Amino acid sequence: MLLLLVFLPIAAFITILFGSPARLTAIATAAINLVLGLVAVSSWKSAFWAFSVPVLEKPALNLAFGFSDGMSVIMVLLSVIVTLAAVLSGKAPAGREKLYFGSSLLISGGALGAFAATDLFFFFAFHELALIPTFLMIGILGRGDRREAAWKITIYLGLGSIVLLAGLVWLANLTGTYNMVEMVKAAGSIDPVAQKGIAGLLIIGFGTLVSLFPFHSWAAPAYASAPAPVAMLHAGVLKKFGLYGLLRLAIPLVPEGLQFWLTPLLVLLLGNILWVGWVTISQKRLDLMLGNSSVMHMGYIFLAIAALIAFPENPLARSAAIVLMFAHGISIALLFGLADRIERNTGSLDLQDLGGLAKSAPGLAFLFGIAAMASIGLPGLANFSGEILVFLSAFKTYNGTSGLGPVQITCILSIWGVVISAVYMLRAYRNIFQGPAVKATEAAADLTFADRIPATLLVLALFAVGLYPNLLLNLLN
Amino acid sequence: MNLAWILLFLPLVVAAVNQLVLKKTGLAPIVSVGSAVATFVIALLMLGKVGSSHFAWATIGDFSINIGIKLDQLSTGMMIVVTGVGMLVHIFSLAYMKDDGAKARYFTGLSLFMFSMTGIVLADNFIMTFIFWELVGLSSYLLIGHWYQKDSAADAAKKAFLCNRVGDFGFMVGILMLWGITGHLTFDGMKDGLEAFKLANPVIFSGVLSAAVLCIFCGAVGKSAQLPLHVWLPDAMEGPTPVSALIHAATMVAAGVYMLFRLQFTLGFEHFEGLPASTIIAWTGGLTSLAAALMATQQDDIKRVLAYSTLSQLGYMVMAVGLVSGEAGMFHLFTHAWFKALLFLGAGAVIHACHHEQDIWKMGGLLKKMPITGITFALGTAALIAVPYVTSGFYSKEEILAAAYGGNKLLFGIAVFVAFLTTFYMTRAFVVAFLGKSRSENADHAHEVGPLMWIPLALLAAMAIGSAWLTGPLNAIDPRLHAHEHLDGHYVILGASIAALVLGLLAGYFLYSGKDKDPVSIPLFRNRFYIDEIYDKGLVRYFQDAFAAIIAFFDEFIINGLIVGGLSRAAESFGNIFRKVQSGSLQGYAFAFGLGVILVVYFTAF
Repeated sequence: MLLLLVFLPIAAFITILFGSPARLTAIATAAINLVLGLVAVSSWKSAFWAFSVPVLEKPALNLAFGFSDGMSVIMVLLSVIVTLAAVLSGKAPAGREKLYFGSSLLISGGALGAFAATDLFFFFAFHELALIPTFLMIGILGRGDRREAAWKITIYLGLGSIVLLAGLVWLANLTGTYNMVEMVKAAGSIDPVAQKGIAGLLIIGFGTLVSLFPFHSWAAPAYASAPAPVAMLHAGVLKKFGLYGLLRLAIPLVPEGLQFWLTPLLVLLLGNILWVGWVTISQKRLDLMLGNSSVMHMGYIFLAIAALIAFPENPLARSAAIVLMFAHGISIALLFGLADRIERNTGSLDLQDLGGLAKSAPGLAFLFGIAAMASIGLPGLANFSGEILVFLSAFKTYNGTSGLGPVQITCILSIWGVVISAVYMLRAYRNIFQGPAVKATEAAADLTFADRIPATLLVLALFAVGLYPNLLLNLLN
Repeated sequence: MNLAWILLFLPLVVAAVNQLVLKKTGLAPIVSVGSAVATFVIALLMLGKVGSSHFAWATIGDFSINIGIKLDQLSTGMMIVVTGVGMLVHIFSLAYMKDDGAKARYFTGLSLFMFSMTGIVLADNFIMTFIFWELVGLSSYLLIGHWYQKDSAADAAKKAFLCNRVGDFGFMVGILMLWGITGHLTFDGMKDGLEAFKLANPVIFSGVLSAAVLCIFCGAVGKSAQLPLHVWLPDAMEGPTPVSALIHAATMVAAGVYMLFRLQFTLGFEHFEGLPASTIIAWTGGLTSLAAALMATQQDDIKRVLAYSTLSQLGYMVMAVGLVSGEAGMFHLFTHAWFKALLFLGAGAVIHACHHEQDIWKMGGLLKKMPITGITFALGTAALIAVPYVTSGFYSKEEILAAAYGGNKLLFGIAVFVAFLTTFYMTRAFVVAFLGKSRSENADHAHEVGPLMWIPLALLAAMAIGSAWLTGPLNAIDPRLHAHEHLDGHYVILGASIAALVLGLLAGYFLYSGKDKDPVSIPLFRNRFYIDEIYDKGLVRYFQDAFAAIIAFFDEFIINGLIVGGLSRAAESFGNIFRKVQSGSLQGYAFAFGLGVILVVYFTAF
């Protein structure tokens, strides 16, 4: 069944190429996939989801999908939710529907394939597959400096992928298999020196894909330039591939190697949270601000990963990271989707040009308010559930007797980030929605009923996990 | 226990229904008021009950964060304040907000606030306290910004949220540290955990506990608007006046005091005696009460006078908690909630009657035109300035002064001086606004408000006088309250407070009676010691924003420009080669990626 889930968007992409109505096909596909995803959540342990066909005899290569654990299910769920929201809220430029919706589906299919794959080759290849339409969409249909943004993301992610590839190939050679399940079983057989090297490559490789400081410069311009569904799908879903990879492969396979890189990782993640946090404060445009904020919030997930590296027995850290990955994916997709609406309805995303939009577009203001509050970690919305678990996981081994360790100190500094996010988010909300109306916002249209559907879908997900995080955590226990 | 869960979740359900279903029907205010009355009745039924109940909210293995309710004397007593004042403010709002275009949003905010505040009071663990602590911040943000089209209101809402966030940073860290020390997040296990820790680490015990308590105190500094995070509370007066009464005087701002007392109560008061953190807390409270009272003497906006007075009284309560006499602080919290809500609603009635005039120098003579409002305002003032033996404020303030007297004589001196200042500025406000002749057309045309407004005032006035004798909720709040009776220096304290009262009354009356403008001008106090300016210009503009701009510069030109920009430029020229060969760079991207895929295949296959 996972084969269906992964190849449905890809097949739909092909039918769009051959002339089926683009938007309709995309929405129908995404809706079916959402249903499949929800069924998967309720029955993921059943063998009926797994799938495997041999592709190559030597080396043994299988096109294999399966839910290795709850993490894959949650990532698949995230993908299908965001995909539906993305194709529903996107508006293609006239005449470009094929490219626009086709690429969106391809990104979705690639992401689903990467999260569902149990074979290392396809794990990597599906992610690469999803990147190609991402670059194309930014380069062709992007806004502003789209050419530079497209080049930058291509170079960065291309180089990151090559570094990652080196690490993965090294891993595969040492464990002698491409089957990810078998690989993880071989954990412990890798000697510490090789572990250090592999861990370094994986942190930089996966890290670049997740915009780990200082490999983050691609993210903000790319998201600012990208058409809405691409920003939603990449920032919301595809970017989580790197974190997923670290949790899926690096943590079980090279634990000792990661220990070696713990201190640099702590410094870099503070770079994400504090450095990029302050960069975000000084942004003057909403799209760049959101792009930077998404970079910043990756730091919290890295914090959970660092806590897991420091104390491998830590029961909280892994779940915390996964909940926050889900939460961030939903919230950033919502923010990019609504930012696109703001631009379409007012003609601007410049914080200086806007004001008082809540009067003419109360529905937009309400939904954007929820998204902004989610993103700054307000309890009751999903991001808080993730963040609180991350903080707790960093303090799990602190007992007062020994003093604060490096992970705890990093955590304390990271918590300052919740102040930073509040500063820029509330400032943006204040400048766009509050105050007296200005020319651009006086007669701006509000969301129509159809516009509200994708946003409501994402908001429901944020509330579900925020009000009762056990909904997700039960999948992980 | 079921009732307690209803008490907690009813306002949330009402808020959701109001926002989603009733927004356009005009029923939202009625539904909210109904829910406020219902919660008050439930709170009365639960008074003094003991019990607990919880469900797992986030479970990972054998670790679990719970949402739980803890009923004890403290929480059920506090619920009387929250729901009682809440109910009266809801009713008052029906009239006050009658002509507002966004009534539904307003009442949704009030219901959301009731939910959040109830959560803080009933919480049985610190994560839950934090959750509702933040939600209270949200409802306060929404209600301060109710008239969001006014720049001042939008800015004030943002400022309130951010100041609270700064405090919550410390609060979160403190919760994590305390979790590490005691091994528990729920209140019930903490005491044992702390004692085990003390046994194991006698040397570092007081230092580590102090650090954790001070971090937690940061949360209270934000929420209860203590120095140096007090700046948001006066600005919060931009919200509708009933909101100021409920949230920014009676309940939310008192949450910090409640939380600190809950902390001491949970961990055991004995651990706080002589703790360095306690001294810092006491002095923070004492200095806040002094600074705020000085600022209050020079304010012209009636709501701002009351706002600084609230700061000052909160300082009293925090000081009492710091002196490990939290029961005195809680007693004062209890009485203060009623009479300060009364004063704010009275101010609201005045503002309503004077067509949104808030400057006391443009009022005058209102006692004759609005006798009920005037008299109830006078009774509230009497309670605030602690007229001996006949007002509730007298008894609670005596407890605070007694705590200071027993704890630190310098703080006692400050507290007595603050009592004098309080009498002085309240007399000033009353004399200028309610006595003499009216000084503007708006005040001239003022007339008494309707019963929906004056009935809550009358009920609150009764509480302002009588709440100190309500032994039910009081015993509930405060199991150790009467321990301080007949302590040493009883007559010194009584004498000092009466002297402060008389001097304040005389100074206020003779200085301000019959004046048309302020005869005293002290710019330092009027401008709030310039603290707001220092924050706005210094911290925000020249520190935070400038710092952020510098970081952004380095990010753009060093990290992006030099290090990786070189790579990217190289790639671009690489791309240019292709562009010359083929039109457009589509193929370039595809090529770069195709190359990647080929590499994968190559590595895997060979």
